[in-house]
Amino acid sequence: MSLRSVAELAALVPDGARLAVVKDESGVAMAVARALIARGARGLQLVTVPVSGLEADMLIGAGCIASLETSGITLAEFGQAPCFSRAVKAGTIQLKDATCPAIYAGLQAAQKGIPFMPLRGILETDVLANRADWKVIDNPFAPGDRIVVLPAIEPDVALFHVPLADRFGNVFIGRQRELMLLAHASKSTLVSAERISEGNLLDDEARSGSVIPSLYITAVAHAPRGAWPLAFGDEYGTDAAWMASYVSEARTEAGFERVLRSLAEHPGARLAA
Amino acid sequence: MSAAVLNAGVPNAQAARPASPTEGLIYTIARLLAGCRHVAVGASSPIPGAAALYTRAVSDGATRVSVLGSRRHNAFTNGGVELFDLAAQKRIDAFFLGGGQIDGFANINLVGTGTYPQMDVRWSGSFGSAYLYYLVPRVILFREEHTRRVFVPKVDFISAPGPRDDGAYRPGGPHAMLTSLCLFDFDKARRRFVLQSVHPGHTVEEVRDHTGFDFDAPMMIPQTVQPDATALALIRGRIREEIGETYPKFAAQLAA
Repeated sequence: MSLRSVAELAALVPDGARLAVVKDESGVAMAVARALIARGARGLQLVTVPVSGLEADMLIGAGCIASLETSGITLAEFGQAPCFSRAVKAGTIQLKDATCPAIYAGLQAAQKGIPFMPLRGILETDVLANRADWKVIDNPFAPGDRIVVLPAIEPDVALFHVPLADRFGNVFIGRQRELMLLAHASKSTLVSAERISEGNLLDDEARSGSVIPSLYITAVAHAPRGAWPLAFGDEYGTDAAWMASYVSEARTEAGFERVLRSLAEHPGARLAA
Repeated sequence: MSAAVLNAGVPNAQAARPASPTEGLIYTIARLLAGCRHVAVGASSPIPGAAALYTRAVSDGATRVSVLGSRRHNAFTNGGVELFDLAAQKRIDAFFLGGGQIDGFANINLVGTGTYPQMDVRWSGSFGSAYLYYLVPRVILFREEHTRRVFVPKVDFISAPGPRDDGAYRPGGPHAMLTSLCLFDFDKARRRFVLQSVHPGHTVEEVRDHTGFDFDAPMMIPQTVQPDATALALIRGRIREEIGETYPKFAAQLAA
């Protein structure tokens, strides 16, 4: 598998695709998300696994998103996500509020190639009340025991960032096992990586259990600091100054446009492009 | 626990700097966690995290703690789904939830105010609450801001419902609710909060003034038990160090 550029990865996400992205701790491919914005992606059906922050907020702000399935969008200590809040008020994106384990359960159904997955809880919530695609059934093994069933979530494209990949398309994910689940569930998986290993990652038995094999990987791009301005594992922290300026600027559409323009000149953004 | 609360008012040792409100909250949560085998702590939860680590420290190895976002105090190796699988298997005894709104039936709202979906104020979302509230036996509702904006007669959106007699599978639910003013129990049979204690410097009247729903209050309301010198030394030493790995800014404030 030959390595692709970040822009080439973004070109592999078709308009209208069901795109799955991941929570900050799992490794967010921010450089690729910026390339998606730069290429003017439209109509994406975003699924966050199971939550998101800056990545979803910027994709929404740039008009890339038609619908959003999420358990939460937050910039954590930096506050509420401004473009998300604005889009909710304006009604410009279709909202599918979820709960974290329901998103994992949907992916697990897709991983198994089955149409749905049952899950405890959720019954008397307004989350369920607003999800026409979620059903309640009687436990077939214990009638009277009501249980929620959730349709499989099979993303067209999964997108995330990892510490290490090799030239064969194997990617190392450490403890972030939700990335393994996501790759198994998705029709294609695009990965940006901090570093590229010359050897085959599967040759190291001590590490191979934390490797998603190339079987599930569609394309890999080398993207040092590819999660910037978000933190990435032990490798680098959040760019707090940039985040603080983002939350204040992106409160208005004009301010968000200024953020996008200034990114073209920003050393942190250029590094990973 | 009322008897324990009433009897534990022993005078603090003279030497220690008195407990700060934050230290009082940590200690109160830790008391609510006594006897748990496994306490899990979600994102953005420094005070519950510190309390869970305190409980572990005094448990003589009986309490396991999983702090999400921590490398050292979280042994999960099966990804984001592991917390939820553990909860459904009854392998987690206690968890913490907050809420932009909480009502007198212990319904919680993490989604926003107004009419869904185009809400007036939109918050982050329900996270795992719609599920964990049903499954974890001791859910501790923790919301520092004690105002009528938070404690409303009826939530605008139910992210997670309080207990009700509907025959649903529900081994979990609210165990207590702690705010910057007071500690409540929740009476599941009567579906009402019951005031347990009021923190030093605050009054029952103040609690009533700032709560938008009706709750029960016994004639005598004790003051919330504060950490003694030994407890404070533990919080200011080992616990501050342990929670600092995940929440360095919070740990720095604890020291101040």
